[in-house]
Amino acid sequence: MTTDRLSAGVLALFALFVMWESRQLPLGTFRHPGPAYVPVLLASLLLLFAIFILFTGSRAPKLSSLQWTEWRHALAIFACSVFSVFAIERLGYRLTMLLMLAFLVKLVEKRGWILSLIFSFSLSWGSYFLFYTLLRVPLPQGPLGF
Amino acid sequence: MADTLHNLYIGFSVALAPQVLLYAFVGCVVGTLVGVLPGIGPLAGISLLLPASFGLDATSAIVLLAGIYYGAMYGGSTTSILMRIPGEAASVMTCIDGYEMTRRGRAGPALAIAAIGSYIAGTVSVVGLMLLAPPLASFALRFGPPEYFALLLLGLLVLAYMSGGSMLKSLAMAALGLLLGMIGIDPMTGFFRFSYGLVELGDGIGVVPVAVGLFGLSEILLTAGQPTAPEVKKPKLKDLLPSRQEWRDSLWPIGRGTVLGFLIGIIPGSAHIISSFVSYAVERRLAKDPERFGHGAIEGVAGPESANNSATSGAFVPMLALGIPSGPIPAVMIAAMMVHGISPGPLLITQQPELFWGFIASMYVGNVVLLILNLPLVGIFVNVLRVPYPLLYPAILLFCVLGVYAVNGSAVDIGIMAAMGALGYLLRKFDFETAPVVLGLILAPMIEMSLRQSLAMSSGNYAIFVNRPIASVMLLIGLALLLLSLMPFLMKSIDWRHRLGINTANEGEKL
Repeated sequence: MTTDRLSAGVLALFALFVMWESRQLPLGTFRHPGPAYVPVLLASLLLLFAIFILFTGSRAPKLSSLQWTEWRHALAIFACSVFSVFAIERLGYRLTMLLMLAFLVKLVEKRGWILSLIFSFSLSWGSYFLFYTLLRVPLPQGPLGF
Repeated sequence: MADTLHNLYIGFSVALAPQVLLYAFVGCVVGTLVGVLPGIGPLAGISLLLPASFGLDATSAIVLLAGIYYGAMYGGSTTSILMRIPGEAASVMTCIDGYEMTRRGRAGPALAIAAIGSYIAGTVSVVGLMLLAPPLASFALRFGPPEYFALLLLGLLVLAYMSGGSMLKSLAMAALGLLLGMIGIDPMTGFFRFSYGLVELGDGIGVVPVAVGLFGLSEILLTAGQPTAPEVKKPKLKDLLPSRQEWRDSLWPIGRGTVLGFLIGIIPGSAHIISSFVSYAVERRLAKDPERFGHGAIEGVAGPESANNSATSGAFVPMLALGIPSGPIPAVMIAAMMVHGISPGPLLITQQPELFWGFIASMYVGNVVLLILNLPLVGIFVNVLRVPYPLLYPAILLFCVLGVYAVNGSAVDIGIMAAMGALGYLLRKFDFETAPVVLGLILAPMIEMSLRQSLAMSSGNYAIFVNRPIASVMLLIGLALLLLSLMPFLMKSIDWRHRLGINTANEGEKL
């Protein structure tokens, strides 16, 4: 199994998924396309490209040759992003960013407590001052007022 | 010509008045700041200062707001080059080679060339604006849905020249981007498409969360946990300016980017966004060694940055000459003018010459101000790279989240950014390029709308695309480009017999 063959398979499945979901919308005609027309056309093109990639995929590197050494950090960063989605409007901007930064600097990068706290506080409060106070960008306040 | 020079003299006497100069400076500073910060685009910056401009005289108000607009174009390149986070859609292409230059210790020259290229493009395009506004505006008015469709299709076809890797994979990514652009309300019929009950997806997926996710977030996902920290050479003082070779390599791209950007910018609508994509593709196509692109080619910074600044001036042509906004930003500026009792349009030049020519002159002045402001800042910005990477990437993540949230105040956008970040991480692992996804996303709504409007105009007859001269010429150019891009494949298949060492000259005798 090569990288191209796996990715072609995923792209093909995605194209078929789009075609399936588009069945709920009117397709229209060639002369009067409906809301599903262009998505189905694009999904068909994507499927075609995926099939071509599948056929030419034997020359790509093997899947086992891919290195995933950074997966732990990547997972931690992705988890922080997802955490901020749910927390930013519940806990407020500053607290969310403080927790996110402290997690990354202290627990993931294993820096000292003092550096982690100073860095997290100054960046979360400083960015809030810049965007909210100076630039008047609305940022959510948490239940604790920050 | 004598009249033009006289009017320009009047304009400069207005633009160099201390008060107007001050507002030009303030606008440029604010514009640069909003451009540097991801998520806060020029529209947000202009909207922030619009109320403050009500108390000013008309010339000062317009000069202030215009300063923000092209200041933001300058500023957007900074985060693209230093951190691979595009400040806005127009800076996406700068991320590719700009960031690679940073990794090679050439961040200073990249920032300097971006600033100087933007200055040259901005200044030259102002000359174009000054001399060509009325005739170009008339030409721009002839653009209807069929011409738009042809132009945007042409914009998609430049993909064939944008990528260094597999064209098939780039086309697949473009199709993926176009599909992502289908999410939201269908503008012709009002049907919700692929929104799954989420109100925030009704307006579609924003370009900023996708671009920040695919470029900025995916970069830190890939590099943060590497056993050795990503090699970003710390720049030395003497390396802050471009070398002679870099200057020479940048001149023609700046010139071409200026012309391309200006011509694309005058077209009403949001087509000016594609100016940087088109410029990158052109530079790649014309380069003697295109394999350098994607690995720190200075042409990949000079061309797109010049194009997007030049498109900014081009976008003012329909606004000033005809009173037609070419996008949301000129629309806000028209609103600002109307608040001051001024109606932009064909009579503006004759009825309010000091405003029109003062505006033109202030753009010259503004470009000089931006150059003076940004060149010394290169040394300061580049020091950001001295921050240890284990502390830098959490800060980058904070600015990604903040910038994306600031666009619409929606946590869903952060979710989109996270999903795109994960997608970008996987795509880059599997050797797919991400720029075509962004281009597809930008073009999708415009292409579909113009196609369906064209068919509505012609009652379903596709001949409308060949009956209109501008559309047909652009489609022909697109076809020629597509065939040219397929030439290498065709030549390879013709050449296979020679490569196998088969002597084709003797075969005829045997038969």
